[in-house]
Amino acid sequence: MTDLPEPFGAVVIGASAGGIQALRVLLEGLPATFEPPIVVVQHIPPDRPSALAELFGYRCVLPVVEADDKQPLRPGTVFFAPPDYHLLVEDRQTLALSIDEPVKFSRPSIDVLFESAAAAFGTQLLAILLTGASSDGSEGLVSVRRAGGKAWVQCPSEAAVPTMPESALALAGADAVLRLRDMCDRLQGSFQ
Amino acid sequence: MTDEATPLFDIELRLLLDAVYLRYHYDFRGYAFSSLRRRVRHAMTRFGCERVSDLQHRIIHEPEFFAEAIQYFTVQVSEMFRDPGYFRTLREEVVPVLTTYPSVKVWVAGCSSGEEVWSLAILLAEEGLLERSMIYATDINPDALAKAQRGTYRVDRVAQFSRNYLAAGGRRSLSDYYTSAYGNAMFDRRLTQQVVFADHSLATDSVFSEVHFVSCRNVLIYFNRALQDRAVGLFCDSLVRKGFLGLGSKESLQFGAHAEKFEAFAPEQRIYQRKVPG
Ligand SMILES: C[S@@+](CC[C@H](N)C(=O)[O-])C[C@H]1O[C@@H](n2cnc3c(N)ncnc32)[C@H](O)[C@@H]1O
Repeated sequence: MTDLPEPFGAVVIGASAGGIQALRVLLEGLPATFEPPIVVVQHIPPDRPSALAELFGYRCVLPVVEADDKQPLRPGTVFFAPPDYHLLVEDRQTLALSIDEPVKFSRPSIDVLFESAAAAFGTQLLAILLTGASSDGSEGLVSVRRAGGKAWVQCPSEAAVPTMPESALALAGADAVLRLRDMCDRLQGSFQ
Repeated sequence: MTDEATPLFDIELRLLLDAVYLRYHYDFRGYAFSSLRRRVRHAMTRFGCERVSDLQHRIIHEPEFFAEAIQYFTVQVSEMFRDPGYFRTLREEVVPVLTTYPSVKVWVAGCSSGEEVWSLAILLAEEGLLERSMIYATDINPDALAKAQRGTYRVDRVAQFSRNYLAAGGRRSLSDYYTSAYGNAMFDRRLTQQVVFADHSLATDSVFSEVHFVSCRNVLIYFNRALQDRAVGLFCDSLVRKGFLGLGSKESLQFGAHAEKFEAFAPEQRIYQRKVPG
């Protein structure tokens, strides 16, 4: 029992306050052999360019980009949501952006990413929810689990801000509650 | 297991889009499915429909209901001088070229409630080009078009508009262009004397005029690739040689069929120029 989807189609990750440090542990640990595409919503301010793709591009073995509309969902690539746009998984091959209203005061929103990815990838999806001070992502995790995908939530005691993981556990539950190191090990282990 | 997590929801949604097309000739069949799902789910919650087919039933049998429901198929988020860098580049690099024409036609496709149109009118006025310009402002949403024509916006949105205007290189104060009353800012009608507001769908209608500049921002993101290609094809057919196309800050021609017909003019601002064919 690995709590990993089989077959493994894609990973979606949501993070808010404290997320950058957490994402560093998670993404920097992934090997070049990691196959599924990784799509990330990290809450960021809407009114200035984001440096996330550049920052992680330096530090990760995997290629890291800021998502563009209708961009092909390339394997082994990390896609970050751009500021002030929702990022959605359009189908198994493609991403899409939208400027629909913010959800829970956030654009990009984790719920929006997770729901769209659940519809596209169903049982082949792994959704990971990390530290944060909001309740974004909770409803998204419900959709992921209903569609048969796997949900990992960062252990609240380890999270820089536990609100987001706690809220998700209360509403959606999880297939695993893990520390970042353990998430990393399991992901690495799946692509050796 | 509920419908939203299964292909059943998608099947019913496709049937709804077919029904809407057959009944009203609004064609949403080529829209990006991921955000459409979300908005239709909102409509279902709002109207108390348990299934998409319940929504479909009301939509095809009650035209007044469709008029309300259509608000959920189109997204009406807009802002004056949204992405100030875009407007600044228009002012500094595109307008000087447009000024060399005796008269200028501009097409704002998917103009929503008009924020983009009024912004362009102000910009053209400040650059001395408005009297020789003609602006076509088109959209498929009748309520949005009516709002666009009115040019009246809630006063609590105006602080943001002003900040954008200044960041976009505005030469005056935005307040020179509106009067406030009853919590609204009413923009000066003289700005839109040269604007034609019209219903036009990028999904079903054809080219209606030759233009020098098309601004179509944050509309293509709601289309799938085939429909994006149709829309960009219309822009291409409508533009004069060396005419300009401005897209939203995260949209590009890169993944589409017409990429090679355009040259990047100001790539960071997603402003393209139509190549001279041949
Ligand atoms: C998010 S708004 C963009 C408003 C404005 N251009 C901006 O960037 O601020 C998208 C607009 O596209 C319009 N739209 C959707 N489908 C369309 C179509 N097939 N043809 C023309 N306009 C369409 C919607 O009604 C909506 O007003």
